[in-house]
Amino acid sequence: MTTKQAWRPWGVLAWFAGILFVLPVLWMVLTSLHSESDAATNPPSIAAKLTFQGYAEFFGATTGVSPWPPLLNSASASIGSTVLVLLLSVPAAYALSIKPVRKWSDVLFFFLSTKMLPVVAGILPIYLVAQYTGMLDNIWFLILLYTSMNLPIAVWLMRSFLAEVPKEMLEAAAIDGASLVTTLRKVVAPVAMPGIAATSLICFIFSWNELLFARVLTGVVAGTAPVFLTSFVTSQGLFLAKVCAAATVISLPVLVAGFTAQDKLVQGLSLGAVK
Amino acid sequence: MTTQALAAPRRMADWARRAPLLPALLFMIVVTQLPFVATLVISFLQWNALDPKSRGFAGLDNYATVIVDPDLRSSVLSTIVLTVSVVLVSLVLGLGLALLLDKKFRGRGAVRTMLIAPFLVVPVAAALLWKHVLFNPEYGLFNGVLTWIWGLFGGATPPQPDWISSMPKIAIEASLVWQWTPFMMLILLAGLQSRPMDAIEAAKMDGATGWQVFRYLTLPHLRQYLELGGLLGSIYIVQNFDAVFTITSGGLGTANLPYTIYQTFFQAHDYGQASAAGVVVVIASIIIATFALRVVSSLLRNEVQS
Amino acid sequence: MATSASHRALGAALAVTVVAATATACAGAGGGIGPGDSSSINVLMVNNPQMLDIQKLTAEQFTQRTGIKVNYTVLPENDVRDKISQEFSSQAGQYDVATISNYEVPFYAKNEWLAPLDSHIAADPGFDQEDVLPSMRQSLTADDGHVYAEPFYGESSFLMYRKDVFQAKGLTMPENPTWQQVADLAAKVDGAQPGMRGICLRGQPGWGQLFAPLTTVVNTFGGTWFSKDWQAQVNSPEFKRATQFYVDLVRAHGEAGAPQAGFAECLNNMTQGKAAMWYDATSAAGLLEAPDSPVAGKLGFAQAPVDRTKSSGWLYTWAWGMQKASTKQDLAWKFISWASSKDYENLVGSKLGWSRIPDGKRSSTYRNPDYLKVTNAFAPQTERALTSADPRNPGVQPRPTVGIQFVDIPEFTELATRISQDVSAAIAGSSTVDEALDSGQERAARVAAKHKGGQ
Repeated sequence: MTTKQAWRPWGVLAWFAGILFVLPVLWMVLTSLHSESDAATNPPSIAAKLTFQGYAEFFGATTGVSPWPPLLNSASASIGSTVLVLLLSVPAAYALSIKPVRKWSDVLFFFLSTKMLPVVAGILPIYLVAQYTGMLDNIWFLILLYTSMNLPIAVWLMRSFLAEVPKEMLEAAAIDGASLVTTLRKVVAPVAMPGIAATSLICFIFSWNELLFARVLTGVVAGTAPVFLTSFVTSQGLFLAKVCAAATVISLPVLVAGFTAQDKLVQGLSLGAVK
Repeated sequence: MTTQALAAPRRMADWARRAPLLPALLFMIVVTQLPFVATLVISFLQWNALDPKSRGFAGLDNYATVIVDPDLRSSVLSTIVLTVSVVLVSLVLGLGLALLLDKKFRGRGAVRTMLIAPFLVVPVAAALLWKHVLFNPEYGLFNGVLTWIWGLFGGATPPQPDWISSMPKIAIEASLVWQWTPFMMLILLAGLQSRPMDAIEAAKMDGATGWQVFRYLTLPHLRQYLELGGLLGSIYIVQNFDAVFTITSGGLGTANLPYTIYQTFFQAHDYGQASAAGVVVVIASIIIATFALRVVSSLLRNEVQS
Repeated sequence: MATSASHRALGAALAVTVVAATATACAGAGGGIGPGDSSSINVLMVNNPQMLDIQKLTAEQFTQRTGIKVNYTVLPENDVRDKISQEFSSQAGQYDVATISNYEVPFYAKNEWLAPLDSHIAADPGFDQEDVLPSMRQSLTADDGHVYAEPFYGESSFLMYRKDVFQAKGLTMPENPTWQQVADLAAKVDGAQPGMRGICLRGQPGWGQLFAPLTTVVNTFGGTWFSKDWQAQVNSPEFKRATQFYVDLVRAHGEAGAPQAGFAECLNNMTQGKAAMWYDATSAAGLLEAPDSPVAGKLGFAQAPVDRTKSSGWLYTWAWGMQKASTKQDLAWKFISWASSKDYENLVGSKLGWSRIPDGKRSSTYRNPDYLKVTNAFAPQTERALTSADPRNPGVQPRPTVGIQFVDIPEFTELATRISQDVSAAIAGSSTVDEALDSGQERAARVAAKHKGGQ
């Protein structure tokens, strides 16, 4: 009892901060459940009647436009690029940690340095390449770009995770004459798996969120969810409820993935990266 | 003869070591380096898509224009201001929140879940949310709450500030700080939880105050985590496009480098000039990145020591 | 045990995602079927209510009859402009038809990005090209004499005001007000009701936002962006006087949040009784007079305020242009011919209501009794504004190129948008009109230099 009492001011402050940070998100969800006219009042109509009209609009009630193609495009771009990132980054990380090549830190620096170059400076050639190879508005092209966008961070994270594999165990496995596959399965995998999960989650989030490439390079066929979201903004008429409904649905996969894998996220963003 | 016989297998072994690395390395070179080479070439051309008839070699003309361009210079400044302020503020807030969450209290898991929510909202959704739902001077939540509070006390004329136009930079920064504070908090929380507790217990036994423990044990331990958060935050915020594009469309002095170059590409369609700007920015980034990478190398050095 | 179990579960999950990714990617990337179909066209358009209506009606009313499937991409105005000019300048051929305005048509045509429509029009007498308003036809015909786009709906600008508020205050609005009269009236009706400001004027940065109304003010105050021989005139006394007038008016009696207020914000202000007057597009009238609008029936309409010219309203149309690189031009014309037809107007009128038809482009619309019954309050003023607009000669001096609220050169969007950011800052009070226009003059001079030699 006494300890609980002692922590109380911290608890109150933390709860206050938590509510402050989550409030805009809750307000977004509440607005999405209001009618357009209730969503745009001053003072706000908190107790206004709830309606699913905003969601109906998102699913094409008025325009007959289905949100599924863009959502599916986002899913393929995010999952596809995440898979590709893993296929490329895990072996690379292996060659940077467990059996490191010479000057491995320089190679790692190269990967990281590509993240520091402004994406926008390369976008014109990328657009022209897409145009001349007929890859405009093609989800595979987006998958390649998202892979390059996430690969450096993934290599970095995976290398940090693999560096955790105890050297003694690797040596012991070698003395026992274990094959490469066995070593990977018995020694490396248990340590690497949480790292792979964390890295996948981070890559998935960044790909799902991407707007600039998707805006410039997609059109009718391959448009992604964030681009679709901006299409609800209009310069004529009210749109708050619609946009909030769309924003809620589109953020949902990331919110669900993020909430269920909070611990993995913490690990991925920090433990692995620093240690 | 023996050395030669030995050299071949060693070379083989070297390549076997490199093999897993090569696909990723080649992929990155092709997808990220070749476009920059193309950008470099285009930067020497006179090429405006809206003026297809006068295309040709421009020499250094584009660079001359870019270097004296006041927009580019002011966007460099806003990029720096935006990045530094967002990273610093969200690091400080994130540290405070991480320290809170490191304590034990009822509902800690729930509070952590609430705190990370902003990071999980799609950035363009977050930008739209702040612009239209929170900041809007007519029916935004902020002014709505002001009206409501004034109404409670019978005030007839509540203040209704126009958030975005009166403080455009702070408006963008606020939305980004909201998104990035949870990220910093997660990193720092992990840092706090990996502290060597025995040393802290020992210090407390020796009569150290809470502040002393924080100042001389916790903070040095957190240094790597702070650097990591700062580095990752900078990488992403320097390149921010969504918030600037959505909230102010680059107006009111908020245009940062990505937005300004985007504007030259896709509104002015001056491909030559935009490419020259891109090249200048890349060179500047390399200079800055060299400093930033020293931070990374200190992270790596620490690893070797420990 | 636990790790190996979680390991296996993760492996399985990974396998599932790989399969899912391949499956969805194939579904998403299926270029050969669906949208790439030989009997479908791709249309890129702006997110305005009229476009959403056509989106809704297409499947049932067009596709079923013609067998042509229409795939729409809808974006907000700023985004759609970037996207359209990117698409057309590279002639990527992804879109067959796009909504372009009378601003883009002349120089898009000059750059050979648009397919001329004359032969289609000649072969399609039912379309009745002569019925399209002359000012519209003129603004969608390029210098080479060919027609390059067909209007979907058109607008001019005029002054909307609250008749009831004016009556209560004992004020009258002249049919052809001057800007000075409007400023005086704005001062008098400011605060007529709680929270009501005198006038709503756009202050949001953007060549199509702030500078649409502002350029018409500049025109009638005797200013111009460029002289006939391409001398930049942005900091000329007339341009400065007009801008100062506009900024002062909106700062003194304009809406809250003026520096971020565009068409949508002003519409909302007007609907919610937060402004007594509004100078903007004629297309706003239909929205204000819509059955569910709280201010319907309370509005009066006057011609665009003037100073030194006889009229000052702008001319703007969202029109359907066909990309030259399109491989389905016949199908694309069928779509354009349907969307810009009288029949389509009648269809919207009977299905969705006469206040929602895409109007402002055909003379016959203003003879249609069904339409006039609903739009009686503003249709005559709209037609007058549309016919009195003269895109070749909108000011007091000869102009180097066409355009009322814009200058028809490709650089104008970027030029005006950048200057509008500074003027918007002047409205916010963080800068001055002089600063904005002096730096604007430098930019304009750079643009003018490019045109001096060539034209």
